[in-house]
Amino acid sequence: MRSALAVVLTSCALALVGCEKKGSAPPSSGGASGGTAAAPASGGTPGVTGDTILLGEVGSLTGSEATFGISTRNAIDLAIREVNAAGGVKGKKIDIRVYDNQSKPEEAAQAANRLINQDNVLLILGEVASSNSMAMAEKAQPAKVPMISNASTNPKVTEIGDYIFRVCFIDPFQGFVMAKFAHDNLKVNKVAVLRDLGSAYSQGLADVFERKYTEMGGKIVARETYTKGSTDFRSQLTAIKRGSPDAIYIPGYYNDIGLIARQARELGITATLMGGDGWDSEKLFELGGSAVEGSYFSNHYSPDDPSPRVQKFIAAYKAAYGSVPDSLAALGYDAAMVAVDAIKRAPSFDRAAIRDAIAQTKNYHGVTGSITLDEKRNATKSAVVLQVGKGKTKYVDTIAP
Amino acid sequence: MSDFAQHLINGVAAGTIYALVALGYTMVYGVLKLINFAHGDVMMVGTFMGYAVAQKLGDEHQSTLWGALLIFLVAMVGCAVLGFLIERFAYRPLRDKPRLTALITAIGISFTLSYGFQLDIPPLPGAAPRAFPEIIIPKEWLIVGDRAVVIWNWQVISLSIAIGLMLMLQGLVYRTRFGRAMRAVSFDHRTAALMGIPVDRIIALTFMLGSALAAGAGILYAIKDTAIQPLMGLYVGLKAFVAAVIGGIGNVPGAVVGGLLLGLVEEFVVGYSSSSWRDAVAFGFLIVVLLVRPGGLFGSVTAEKV
Repeated sequence: MRSALAVVLTSCALALVGCEKKGSAPPSSGGASGGTAAAPASGGTPGVTGDTILLGEVGSLTGSEATFGISTRNAIDLAIREVNAAGGVKGKKIDIRVYDNQSKPEEAAQAANRLINQDNVLLILGEVASSNSMAMAEKAQPAKVPMISNASTNPKVTEIGDYIFRVCFIDPFQGFVMAKFAHDNLKVNKVAVLRDLGSAYSQGLADVFERKYTEMGGKIVARETYTKGSTDFRSQLTAIKRGSPDAIYIPGYYNDIGLIARQARELGITATLMGGDGWDSEKLFELGGSAVEGSYFSNHYSPDDPSPRVQKFIAAYKAAYGSVPDSLAALGYDAAMVAVDAIKRAPSFDRAAIRDAIAQTKNYHGVTGSITLDEKRNATKSAVVLQVGKGKTKYVDTIAP
Repeated sequence: MSDFAQHLINGVAAGTIYALVALGYTMVYGVLKLINFAHGDVMMVGTFMGYAVAQKLGDEHQSTLWGALLIFLVAMVGCAVLGFLIERFAYRPLRDKPRLTALITAIGISFTLSYGFQLDIPPLPGAAPRAFPEIIIPKEWLIVGDRAVVIWNWQVISLSIAIGLMLMLQGLVYRTRFGRAMRAVSFDHRTAALMGIPVDRIIALTFMLGSALAAGAGILYAIKDTAIQPLMGLYVGLKAFVAAVIGGIGNVPGAVVGGLLLGLVEEFVVGYSSSSWRDAVAFGFLIVVLLVRPGGLFGSVTAEKV
């Protein structure tokens, strides 16, 4: 169905280009001519034809971050099915073109280019990894195509330009959340920080955590680093042990966390472990075993949240895909719904009008909380703190900005 | 003081793995003057073979003595066969070609293995890391003070296995006919051939031996650090290569000393300065060693006679 539509659309565009060439239209070059040519067919707006609105999505469907991309795609598909079942938007059905970027920024840029110039989509959804989102934003911004990232938390993503948005909070906020949690909920005074030296994400969270926690009156007793690829963290942990901290903040990714937790317990460290949304993966339980149990991390949403909106989403996702949606799925769903909401509110299908409508998003009640976009096009919303248990996580607290 | 002891234990544990992998580099270099960059990836393949056997055995049998022995045996024999195949089909046809050609082929094989294993086509494992099962049930072997220093049973067992393997290798190289033939090929393979030594067979056996040691190192690594994934060989392989060069490449005791030294240096840099300095200092140390002793700690520099 989707490919059939693609063939029709492409042939339409090609036919128009052909016509224009025969006529006296001013010559335009390359892929861009397809873009401008398709526009008149839909009454002057790119991405909108007679009865459909075409959106674009770029995701990591294969490669090292494949689970991220697949969750996101599933949730966005679910959102679009729900919108279409409820009658679509302004009498039109929504369709989406998805491209895989193999978890690589250069492929993400390529895919964004294709969506903009060849498929001529109204707006773009994606990506999870900040490096990929930034590569896409570099293409979307100059073409003035609105883009909504679902889960890229690096502050630099939306700094690329005024057409780039996100529905998740940014890195500094997570550092603040865990500092507050350590100080107010855990009531610990001595914390050690172990960060991934090569990761902008980890550095961002760790810096803010250290600053905020010290401001609150806490004490950082050890600062250690590791590099991606190493699997032996015993030397850093032995050094940390010397400071006898009550808790250790490790804003890294799940594959390292599992090992760090095991080795910390092996060395006789009993401090509570804390982290960020990079911990959120089923693999954490496999790699960390009983060593990660009792640790805490900040996240975007919790499947335990009793609110009917969340439970309805989880039920629908489970029925469609047979698994509990992770936070990336929840954010993907919200990104699609924020886009749909903006299209509904915008006075026209013009991309600039859509952009303005997205920018005005205020108190949109999504699965991941109430979303308001600030003047820097970032979502201000609360985070949840989860505790790791046996093979699953437990909701502990919600922390507001 | 207890920190120092704990760092020492950590450093020896890490150094043992480097040493075992470094032995494979050194032996192949000894007979062929080839840096076998695929060596770390052979280790990775061996670890996954062990993982597959452990999965077949199931939770009940994998942590028994016979289960663990079977895991080691299958991985080591499997890798010996892999090493034989690599030598026979990738390196032997290039033996008379310039050395650079074989080196590039070695890098090619390394990438083929590490990236090939990331494909999600069974029986290939795919890119996601996996937890290696606990084939030795962890128990504290020695606790000092209020858990200030902890030594685990698997650390003692791993170290014993590693020392056992090294002693066996030492005996093989210096006490057997095969070892003598190997040293002869290493010294001058043309003359060795004239003396009736089957050079091809000796080289093939050397590869098999080095690969089997790598597989053993891989299982010990997995017992120590739990997570295994297809790119693990690149990192460990690089460190082990450095260890082999520090010790004097081509020299068997040198590889062991180099490995232990690198493990300890890395450990103490993190323990007593900053962890961000770890690799910079470790590799800086390599440069200093090579400046003072260009042939490595145990290597000898032979002056070319004019």
